[in-house]
Amino acid sequence: MIRLEKRKEPSKFWRIANPFLAVALTMLAGGIMFAMLGKDPFVAIRLIFFDPIFSETFASYSRPQLLIKSAPLILIAVGLAIGFKANVWNIGAEGQYIIGALFGAGVALAFFPAPGWYIFPLMVLAGAFGGFLWAMIPAILKTRFNTNEILVSLLLVYVAERILAAMSLGLMRNPDIAGFPGSRDLRRYEAAHNAELFANTGIHWGVVAALIAVIFAYAMMTRHMLGFHIQLAGQAPRAARFGGVSPARLVVVCLGISGALAGLAGMFEVSGPGGQVRIEFASGYGFTAIIVAFLGRLNPFGIVLAGLLLGLTYIGGELSQMMLQLPGAAIQVFQGMLLFFLLALDFQTNYRLRLTRGASA
Amino acid sequence: MILGSINPAVLMAALMVAATPILLAAIGELVVEKSGVLNLGVEGMMIMGACVGFIIAVNTGSPFIGFIGAALGGMALSLLFALLTQALMTNQVASGLALTLFGLGLTALLGQRYVGITPPRTPKLDLGFLSDIPFLGRALFTHDIVVYLTIALVGAVWWFLKYSRAGMILRAVGENHDAAHALGYHVKRVRVLAIMFGGACAGLGGAYLSLIRVPQWTEGMTVGAGWIALALVVFASWRPWRAMAGAYLFGGIVVLQLNLQAAGVRIPVEYLSMSPYLITILVLVIISSGKGRSLNAPGSLNKPFHASS
Repeated sequence: MIRLEKRKEPSKFWRIANPFLAVALTMLAGGIMFAMLGKDPFVAIRLIFFDPIFSETFASYSRPQLLIKSAPLILIAVGLAIGFKANVWNIGAEGQYIIGALFGAGVALAFFPAPGWYIFPLMVLAGAFGGFLWAMIPAILKTRFNTNEILVSLLLVYVAERILAAMSLGLMRNPDIAGFPGSRDLRRYEAAHNAELFANTGIHWGVVAALIAVIFAYAMMTRHMLGFHIQLAGQAPRAARFGGVSPARLVVVCLGISGALAGLAGMFEVSGPGGQVRIEFASGYGFTAIIVAFLGRLNPFGIVLAGLLLGLTYIGGELSQMMLQLPGAAIQVFQGMLLFFLLALDFQTNYRLRLTRGASA
Repeated sequence: MILGSINPAVLMAALMVAATPILLAAIGELVVEKSGVLNLGVEGMMIMGACVGFIIAVNTGSPFIGFIGAALGGMALSLLFALLTQALMTNQVASGLALTLFGLGLTALLGQRYVGITPPRTPKLDLGFLSDIPFLGRALFTHDIVVYLTIALVGAVWWFLKYSRAGMILRAVGENHDAAHALGYHVKRVRVLAIMFGGACAGLGGAYLSLIRVPQWTEGMTVGAGWIALALVVFASWRPWRAMAGAYLFGGIVVLQLNLQAAGVRIPVEYLSMSPYLITILVLVIISSGKGRSLNAPGSLNKPFHASS
C-alpha cells in the first residue's frame, strides 16, 4: 500500500525542485507525443527548447523574439500571482489584455497623425486604465453582490473578444484601406509606436515595464504591509479578518493590479509586435500567464524564469511548425501538460509518500 | 415589428436544441458539486467530447457510437482531474483550469484533419401523431432523441439525489466530508465516481454541439459553453429542475439573439452575440446578491479531503 502522509511543514526542497522536474517530465511526455505524430522526438525537442537560443541559423532571429514573447507573459503573470496568493482568482486576464490594447490603440488613433512625445505615455496610461476598468467589473460584482470572480472574469473574456471584433470591423477600422477589417498599423505611426529600444535585442518598453513590475511586486510582497496582508489572507483568512484586513479591499486591490498589468501588456503588444487592432489580435497570453504564475511559484523572480521558458515554447513552436510541419496546437498541449505535471508533483511539497505493508494499513 | 417574422413554435423548438448541450454539462457538474468537488474543467471536457464524438461519428458513420465515444472522452479527461485532486490533493481551481487548457490544446491537435467535414446526420425521433399536434407538435415533438434523454436525465438526477440511498451518501459527502468519513463512507470513491459522471455528461454536451447543433468541428467551438454551464449550476442553486429551467431560459436568449441577427436588427452582430455572456453575468449577480439568504451550496464544496487517521 502507498499512502500519503501530511508533512508537518511544506518541503522547501520540492517547492523549488518540482518546476524543474515538471519541465523534464513534459519534455519526456511531449517526446512521446511527437513520436506518435510521426516526428523524431529528439529533433522536435531540440527545435523547441534549444535551437531558438543556441542554433546559429535561427538564434539571430529568435533570440530577440524570446523577450518579445516573454514580456507580456511575465507582466500578466506577476499581477495574477499577487491575486492567487490572496485566493483572488482572476482568470480573465485575456479580456483585460484585449481591453487594455483597445484603450491604448484608441488614444493613438484619436491623435493620428499628430506628432508629440506625450502620445505614447498617454497610451500607456490608457492601456493600464482599460485593463483596470475591465478587472473592476468582477471586483465590484464580487464585493457588492458576492458573485464568483472566476466565472465573471472568464465570461468577460468572451465579451472582450466580441468588442475587439466590433472595433476591428467598425469604429477603429483603418479608413484608408476599404474592405479590410483591422485598424491602422501603429508601427507606422511614430509617436505611437512601441519600437525596439536597442537594435536586435527584442527589448521594447513592454520588457522594461515587465522588469519594473517584477521588482515592484517583489518589494511589495516582502517589504510592504499590503504584501503581508495578501499573504495572510491567502493562508489564514480568518486570522486576517480578525487582524483588520478587509477582504473586499483585497479583492479590489488584487484584481485592480492584475487588470492594470494585463492591460499594459495588451497595450505594449498592440503598439509594438502586434501592430494593429484586428480580430485575431488576442493570442492566449492571458491564459498561458496562469501557467507561468504557477510554474514560477507565485514568486516574481520565479515568474521571470517561467515566463522565459513559456516564451521559448512559443518560438520553438513556430520553429517546429516551420521545420517539421508540427501542428501549432502541439505547443498548447505542451503547455497544458506542463501545468498538469507541476500540479501533480506538488503533492510532494505537502505530503510524504509512505509505503506500508498490506494489512497494517 | 421585427418579432413578427419569428415563428414562436420554431423559436421554442430551437431553444430546446440550443439549451441541450449546456444542460447536459450543467447537470453533470451539479452532481460533481453536490459531492463537494468544484471542477472548473467543464469547458475542457466539453470540447473533448465535441472532438472525440465528432471523430468517432465520422469514422464509424454512426452518431450513436460518436455520442458514446464522447462520453468516454469526457470521462477520460475527468479521470485526470480525479487523479490530481483526489489522489494527489492538488488545488481544485488550478486543476480544473489545467483541464480546460489541456483539453483545448489536445482537441485542436486531434481535430485538425476534421475541420470542414459534415458529420453523419442524427435522425429525428419519429413521434408519429404527436408531431402533428398544431403548435405543440412543432415546438416539442420534432427533436432528436438526445433532447428527450437529457430531460429524462434531469429527472433521474433529481430522483437520485432526493430519494436514493446512494444519492443521500453523495450529498452527505458533499455537505460534510469529515462526518461522512466518520460514518464509514468512502469519501474519495464517491467523489471520483461523481467526477466521472460529470465528465461523461460534459462530453455528451460537447458532442451535441459538434454532431447536432452546429454540426461541424472547429477549433475551440465550445466558446464558453462550459463556463456558462458552471454559472448555470449556481443559478440553479444546485437543484436539477431549476438547472433545466435556467438552461431553457438561456437557450431562449441565444435563439432570440440569433433570430434578431437574421432579422437584420440595426445592432452589429458582435454586440448581439455577446448578450448571452452578459446575461449570464447579470443572472449570477441577481442570484448571488440575496443577502443572508443561503445559496444552498454544498458545505464541503472545493475543500480537499484527506483522511488523517
